[in-house]
Amino acid sequence: MATPPPLRRVAALLLLLVAAASTPTARADLVVTRADRKVDLTSHIVRVLTSLKVENSGPEAVSQFLLAFPNVQAKNLAAIRAFGTEGKVKGPSMVLPIEVVQPSGVPPELTFFSASLSKPLEKGKTLHLDVLTVFTHSIQPFPEEITQAESQLVVYQDSAQYLSPYPVKVQTLSIRLPGGRVESYTKYPNTKLAESELKYGPYEDLPPFSYSPMVVHYENNNPFAVAKEVIREIEISHWGNVQITEHYNIAHGGAKLKGEFSRIDYQSRPYIRGVSSFRHLIARLPPRAHSIYYRDEIGNISTSHLWSDSKKTQLEVEPRFPLFGGWQTTFTIGYGLPLQDFVFNSDGQRFLNITFGSPVEEILIEKLIVKVVLPEGSKDIDISVPFPTKQEQEVKYSHLDISGRPVVVLEKLDVIPEHNLYFQVYYRFNNISLLREPMMLITGFFLLFMACIVYMRTDMSISKNSPSYLAKVQWDEVWSF
Amino acid sequence: MAAATALDSLPAPLRSLRLKTKQQELLLRVSALALIYVLAFVVRLFSVLRYESMIHEFDPYFNYRTTLFLSDHGFSEFWNWFDFESWYPLGRVVGGTLFPGLMVTAALLHRLLRALSLAVHIREVCVLTAPFFAANTTLVAYAFGREIWDSGAGLVAAALIAVCPGYISRSVAGSYDNEGVAIFALLLTFYLFVRAVNTGSLAWSLASAFGYFYMVSAWGGYVFIINLLPLYVLVLLVTGRYSQRLYVAYNSTYVLGMLLAMQIRFVGFQHVQSGEHMAAMGVFFLLQVFFFLDWVKYLLNDAKLFKSFLRITLTCVITVGTLALGIGTASGYISPWTGRFYSLLDPTYAKDHIPIIASVSEHQPTAWSSFMFDFHILLFLFPAGLYFCFKRLSDATIFIVMYGLTSMYFAGVMVRLILVAAPAVCLISAIAASATIKNLTTLIRTKSKSPQTVSGKSSGSKAAAKGAVDQSLPFQQNVAIALLLGAFYLLSRYAVHCTWVTSEAYSSPSIVLAARGHNGGRVIFDDYREAYYWLRQNTPSDAKIMSWWDYGYQITAMGNRTVIVDNNTWNNTHIATVGRAMSSYEDEAYEIMQSLDVNYVLVVFGGVTGYSSDDINKFLWMVRIGGGVFPVIKEPDYLVNGEYRVDKGAAPKMLNCLMYKLCYYRFGELTTEYGKPPGYDRVRGVEIGNKDIKLEYLEEAFTTSNWIVRIYKVKPPKNRS
Repeated sequence: MATPPPLRRVAALLLLLVAAASTPTARADLVVTRADRKVDLTSHIVRVLTSLKVENSGPEAVSQFLLAFPNVQAKNLAAIRAFGTEGKVKGPSMVLPIEVVQPSGVPPELTFFSASLSKPLEKGKTLHLDVLTVFTHSIQPFPEEITQAESQLVVYQDSAQYLSPYPVKVQTLSIRLPGGRVESYTKYPNTKLAESELKYGPYEDLPPFSYSPMVVHYENNNPFAVAKEVIREIEISHWGNVQITEHYNIAHGGAKLKGEFSRIDYQSRPYIRGVSSFRHLIARLPPRAHSIYYRDEIGNISTSHLWSDSKKTQLEVEPRFPLFGGWQTTFTIGYGLPLQDFVFNSDGQRFLNITFGSPVEEILIEKLIVKVVLPEGSKDIDISVPFPTKQEQEVKYSHLDISGRPVVVLEKLDVIPEHNLYFQVYYRFNNISLLREPMMLITGFFLLFMACIVYMRTDMSISKNSPSYLAKVQWDEVWSF
Repeated sequence: MAAATALDSLPAPLRSLRLKTKQQELLLRVSALALIYVLAFVVRLFSVLRYESMIHEFDPYFNYRTTLFLSDHGFSEFWNWFDFESWYPLGRVVGGTLFPGLMVTAALLHRLLRALSLAVHIREVCVLTAPFFAANTTLVAYAFGREIWDSGAGLVAAALIAVCPGYISRSVAGSYDNEGVAIFALLLTFYLFVRAVNTGSLAWSLASAFGYFYMVSAWGGYVFIINLLPLYVLVLLVTGRYSQRLYVAYNSTYVLGMLLAMQIRFVGFQHVQSGEHMAAMGVFFLLQVFFFLDWVKYLLNDAKLFKSFLRITLTCVITVGTLALGIGTASGYISPWTGRFYSLLDPTYAKDHIPIIASVSEHQPTAWSSFMFDFHILLFLFPAGLYFCFKRLSDATIFIVMYGLTSMYFAGVMVRLILVAAPAVCLISAIAASATIKNLTTLIRTKSKSPQTVSGKSSGSKAAAKGAVDQSLPFQQNVAIALLLGAFYLLSRYAVHCTWVTSEAYSSPSIVLAARGHNGGRVIFDDYREAYYWLRQNTPSDAKIMSWWDYGYQITAMGNRTVIVDNNTWNNTHIATVGRAMSSYEDEAYEIMQSLDVNYVLVVFGGVTGYSSDDINKFLWMVRIGGGVFPVIKEPDYLVNGEYRVDKGAAPKMLNCLMYKLCYYRFGELTTEYGKPPGYDRVRGVEIGNKDIKLEYLEEAFTTSNWIVRIYKVKPPKNRS
């Protein structure tokens, strides 16, 4: 098997890196006593959970812990979250704030993140740190084109050793594969493939910036659902409804289909001839979702199923055709939610509290645009989102609007299910404004009827003695008998 | 509808309310009309309720696409639009080859709704345009009925036309076609013209000219108006009903209408250059001559002198007219009648000369059953109405009689022209229904008031038709009541029939097919949209799709891809080329497809589902149309003893032509019905003859879940190594 090109680049880069890092900079005297990494490769989104045990062996208290990633990995990093627990006993863990830092004297091929500890780590104390990192676009299909009947093989690359600016005493790496065929994997001492789990380590006493590239080439037929763009519009109506409309542009991001698509093969044995394709997506909507529709530019799509209970509403949407590698489709899902579940009052202000991401399971959204349409007449708008987003405001004109509805537009790249966190939009809205549109309609119809009455009751003819006028008057008189 | 006619029997309870009779009548009339208006709109919504708010059939997709373009890019760009996506590589000058009335109407309605700050999508406007105009037609029918008979007949006419299946068939929600607004425009023009003739008012004539302009902008059927009006004028002249009113009405309508119609690019100068429009011009000059003679007669005041003058003038006029027409035709300035016009006058013409017209099912001569289906009791009321019209001849009734008779003839020639006849039939039937009911109610009322005195009178005048009833006085009232009940029974049967027909026959979008499943549930075949959406999403945006012309509009509108031919069948050779490719062997077809830059071929195949209007059933027309231009293709090659078959006994050329291969590729491996061999075609009911189909130059790109649409990719040419 030929090595995929990006991999070669990484390897070269990291050799350089290890050399550069051997000149230690003034770094805190932290030691990672144990590092266990669990990499989940079952879907197309890579989740790495790193459990670290950190000990301060230096004289001073330390308030920061550095996490290092090679740039090639860091650019695919969609989410990073760290939880710290002090002491040996598993206590309540704290979410640690994380920011990108650029310490002096480190090679530019690395990106550093710094986790600020909730309180400085004293000398000799230990800390449990759980770091969850989620990467997108890290699994490459190889070969890049397959036929309808072939399984999809993919390549994942990482380091067999934990890349850290601190010395690591004991470490392990375990990679969970989706099952099925494993074509090849890099073999180091202490490498073991059992069932669908690939294990590296334990390795002991490794210096800082240790790196040994590993590659695993395996079968992964899980849906590679990649949404190029999702526009999610949340429209609040104070008549009691939150209307959500989601426009999806979804593609199969895996190996491209080459050759023909044969329906007879697909319909006789869909799980063999067409194993790499996917035909439906599951969206978990909030409970009490109603008026659900599923359509696209050319009309309603009749292939969807809905289950609902008191906890959730599950919608299974089937695109018009099964998606093979490289195929794409677009569709729109819309549903209504009860207002009282998502909009609340707090000291004169109202706020919307709703999840950010898409309800579709295991989907990677390359560009997510969330639009919150507030009722006409809302003011003092304030947004609180748990992660950085691009924010804008615009105005939308809908039924019977005069000044338009204020719209908050949030944009974020590379959104994964981990971003399905609640965010808030605060605004002020006067209930009297609710009556504006009905009053407009009432006035309009009133004026119309008035005009009709006036027209029927007034004599508009210019000439009062023309023959036609006289004839009309006479006719009226005849009728009135 | 019977509200106004039955009004006279009602005043007693209503008198307690302090409304004058006129006001009561007005209230009843307006509310009846309002109800009819709503009914006409609502009865057309079956398809929206049963399926969804979508555009139906084939042509409406083109109209929808152009409306989208119009509302996105504005009128000027629409007017100058050159469409690269159809008729590849020729393209189509869309602005100059369509009737823009429908699109402009929908775009204006959309803009109006937007201005009223109603955020509706243009698709909803397009879907509801036809019902909206159908509802408006009821108002016109009411006014027209009032003009030719009385307001009672007007109300009945409005009610009849609101649910007349012949009209509903082309105006259900989603049927976004020219006819939807054109019937409104047609009836409006006629009404305004009759009104102009009745009043002799210039204002009504102008209104009629504008009505005509709208009709010209909306539908090619305006030719019917431009020939019926002169015919009508001619009849009035011959019957000695010439009047100044007629002179004013016809001249101003014709001149202004003609000038206005020239503004439509697709029509252009046809009013002065085409043989189909010459009748109107001839009658226009004839009227001038008539008027001139009238004037001279008035001046001369001498019968003998006038007679000789008349002779000279007539000779001159006829000579000049014939000469002008002869020279115009000979020099090619006046174009001869088109094939479509001929095929209207002579039902067998298209079959022999223009296969492309004959291949369309809605151009077939009408069967009796479809008259019955579309008109129901109107078919019996129609002659009765004619009788009433002849009994009370006036300029207006002569018009409606002529309209009724000519349109009934055309309806017999072509199925789709039942639509044109529908308003006339409704109006004439309304006269019959209204007059009969009125007579009956008068009979009952007068009888109940003063049985002795009235009996003699009624036998004389009003109930002359029921002379037999009058003879036996004791039963007169009972018989009248019985007849009235019978009339109501018939009318209610009509309403029931119309609703049933609308719901069962005319409300299917034909894009989505529905069938009953084994357990009685509804199974939906949405294969067309599946295929078109696949094309839209997963082919290069400049891909060229070859298919039979029926699907051209849908592919461009829903698939957003370039097609070789489409439903605007303006270039017969191009269509014949596609027909030839479909009926050739694969290698020959490949050369044709290469020369047309075809990337994908789309065929429609019903063998799995039993969907009978598929390409194999249309195939003989492809052969005929292809063979009409390219004599290489011979129809007998595809037939065995004059029989069209696809099983083992089929002609070898049939078994190996491109269409056969594409439809049945790998179909031989599929078992379609329990207890039948694999490769059993459920439409033709046979096992196919060629089960081992190999494709060399094409490959299957996509087949929909029920195999209705199959798309093949044309492979690029092999390297010359």
